[in-house]
Amino acid sequence: MAKKRMIQAINETLDSEMAKDPKIVLFGEDVEISLFGDTVGLKDRHGAHRVRNMPISETVMSGMAVGAAAAGYKVVCHMMFGNFMYTGFDSIANQASKLRYMTAGQISLPIVYMSVFGGGRSAAAQHSDAMHPMFMNLGGIKVALPATPADAAGLLRASIHDPNPVVFLQAAGRGGESGDVPDGEVIFELGKASTVHDGDDITMVAIGAMVRPALRAAKQLAEDGIGVDLIDPRTMVPLDTDAILSSVRRTGRLVVVDEARDLCSAASHVAAVCADQCFEALKAPIKRVTVPDVAIPYSPPLEKALLPNEGSISATVRDLLKKPAGAEA
Amino acid sequence: MTSSGADTNFSNEQMLGFYRDMLRIRRVEEQLGKDSLAGNLPGAVHLYIGQEAVGVGICSQLRDDDWIASNHRGHGHFLAKGGDTRLLVAEVYGRRTGICRGHGGSMHVADFSKGIIGANGIVGAGISITTGAAWAAQLDGNGAVGVAFFGDGAANQGVLCEALNVSTLWKLPVIFVCENNGFSEFSPYSTVTSGSIADRAKPYGAAHETIDGNDLIEVWQCAARAIKRARDGEGPTLIEARTYRHSGHVVGEHTFLSGTYRSEEEVEQKKAGDPIPAFAKRILEAGQASQADLDRIDAEITAEVAEAVAFAEESPYPDPADQGAGYMFA
Repeated sequence: MAKKRMIQAINETLDSEMAKDPKIVLFGEDVEISLFGDTVGLKDRHGAHRVRNMPISETVMSGMAVGAAAAGYKVVCHMMFGNFMYTGFDSIANQASKLRYMTAGQISLPIVYMSVFGGGRSAAAQHSDAMHPMFMNLGGIKVALPATPADAAGLLRASIHDPNPVVFLQAAGRGGESGDVPDGEVIFELGKASTVHDGDDITMVAIGAMVRPALRAAKQLAEDGIGVDLIDPRTMVPLDTDAILSSVRRTGRLVVVDEARDLCSAASHVAAVCADQCFEALKAPIKRVTVPDVAIPYSPPLEKALLPNEGSISATVRDLLKKPAGAEA
Repeated sequence: MTSSGADTNFSNEQMLGFYRDMLRIRRVEEQLGKDSLAGNLPGAVHLYIGQEAVGVGICSQLRDDDWIASNHRGHGHFLAKGGDTRLLVAEVYGRRTGICRGHGGSMHVADFSKGIIGANGIVGAGISITTGAAWAAQLDGNGAVGVAFFGDGAANQGVLCEALNVSTLWKLPVIFVCENNGFSEFSPYSTVTSGSIADRAKPYGAAHETIDGNDLIEVWQCAARAIKRARDGEGPTLIEARTYRHSGHVVGEHTFLSGTYRSEEEVEQKKAGDPIPAFAKRILEAGQASQADLDRIDAEITAEVAEAVAFAEESPYPDPADQGAGYMFA
C-alpha cells in the first residue's frame, strides 16, 4: 500500500500494462509531453511507435482507434478533455459502439477512450462537462468513472483488458485526489460497486468525482447520528444494480449525487431503476443532487454554486429525513 | 494472347477473371434493385452499378490480410474483396443466414475474415477506420495495406483532410479511393464541391492521381502503384476515380423525390461509358476470348445469383427472441 495521486496511479498502470502486452498502443494529443502527467514518460519506455502524438484531429483519431482495434491492437485513445470527445463522437457513437453488433459479433473492439472530465477548475463550459450519461445511452460502450487512485488503477487495468470499448473518465486535476493504492497489479471488475461508507438510514449513490464530497457529507452526517450507506458504482455501464437495490431495500431512502446536468443524468437512471424495482421499500421520494441544466460557468463563485458539494448533499439528506442541522439526532 | 497496358500484361484467364468479378457485382445489383422496387427487401439499397471497374480493379490485387472499408454503396466492394454472394444476398434480405445474421443489412455487410471491415452508413466514416487499420498494419510490419472506398460526397467531410495529414506524417500504408460518381446523394458534384478532389492531397504532400474509373486496366495500374507505395512504406495515395452512378442514390427514390436532379439525357449519355461492355469489347478485340466465353460467364453468374436468391428466400428470419445481446459486448 502506498499513497499516490490519481494521475500517478494511471501512469503506473499504463506503464505496467504496456510493458506486459506489446499489442497495447497509446495515442492522442500531446501524450508525449502529457498535459496532465498521466502519460508522461511512456514514449521513452515503450517506444515512439507505440506512444504517438496525434494532430488535433479528434474525428480521425476516434475512428483510427476503431480501425487499429479491429486489426488486432488494444488501443488507448487519449482525448484530453471529455468535451473534445464530442468532436470525435461519430466514431464512438456510430462505429465503436455498434460495429460488433452490426456484424453479428465478428469482432471485438478493445479500446479505452480516456479523458479528464467535469467541472471545478474554472475551465468554463467547453472543458467542464460531465458527459458520461451520453455514453451510457449508446449501448455498446462501457463507462468507468474512478473516484480514487486505487479505483483509477484497478478500473483502468480492467478497461485495458476488456475486449470492448470503454470510456474512462478521470476526475482529475482538482487537487487532493491522492489516496492509498494497493501494491501489485490491482484490478477491479467493471460492474462491481464499492461501498465507501456504511449506514442504515439512507442510501447514497455518488458517481465519479462526487464520491469525495459525498463521503465528507456522510462522515459529517454520522456525527449527527445519521447513517449513510454510500455506494460508488465505479462503472455506470455495466451498473451494479444489485448493490444499489439491496442497500435501498435496507434503508428505504435514496439520494443520488451526480455531476451531470439533471436532465437525463446518470442519477436519473439510478432513480428510475430503484423506482421500478424496489418501490415497495421506499419510505420517501428519491432525490437527485445534480447540476442545474445550464452550462458550467467560468468565475469561481458562479461555478461553485452549481456543482454538488458537501453542503448541498447534506442538506438534501437532512431534508429527506426531516432532520435539520442542529436538531436532535 | 495477352492484353497490354503501359507496363502490364494480363493473361486471358486474368482478363476473364476481371470480367467475371465485375459482372457478378452487376448482376447482384440488378437483382437487388429489382427486389427492392418490388418491395421484397426490408431496407434501403444503394446500387454500385456503373462503378464496378473501381472495386474490381483495386480489390483484385489485395490480399486477405489487406483491409478495406466501404460506404453505403458497399455491395460491390464486399464482392470484389472476396465476400460470398449468398451471404451478401441473405443479409440484404434480412435473413439469419446473412453475413451479419440479419443485424446489419445492406449498409453494413462485413467479413473480417476477408479483411472487409464493412460497408458503413455514415458518409466518410470508413476513412478514419481504414487509417487506423493501416496504422495497425504498419505496427505489424507485415506489408498489409488499408483501402478506404468513398464517394465524392464523403470527400467533403473534414475527416479526409485529417486522415491525409496524419497518414502522410506517419507514412501509413493507406489508399484513399474516391469514387467520384458525380453525385453527393441527390446533389450534383458542381453544386456542393469546389475544385478537384485529388488536389486535396497536394497541401499534405501526399501522392494523388486522377483516373478514368470506368477503365479497369487504368484503375488496376494506378492501384498497383499506390499499393506498392504503401507496402514500401512511402505513405498514402489519394486516388480520384472518375465514374458515373447509373442508378439513383437509393433504389426507389423516384417514389419520394419531388423533383429531379439530373436529366434522362445525361444518364443515357453517361451510360455509354459503362465499364463492363467496354471491357468486354477490349477482350474480344484483343482476341483473348470469344463472345461465347463471355456468354458462358454471364450464364454462370446469373445462375450464381439465382442460387443466392433461392438460398436467401429459403432461409429463416432471425428469431425475434434473439436480439443479439451477445453481440453488444464481447
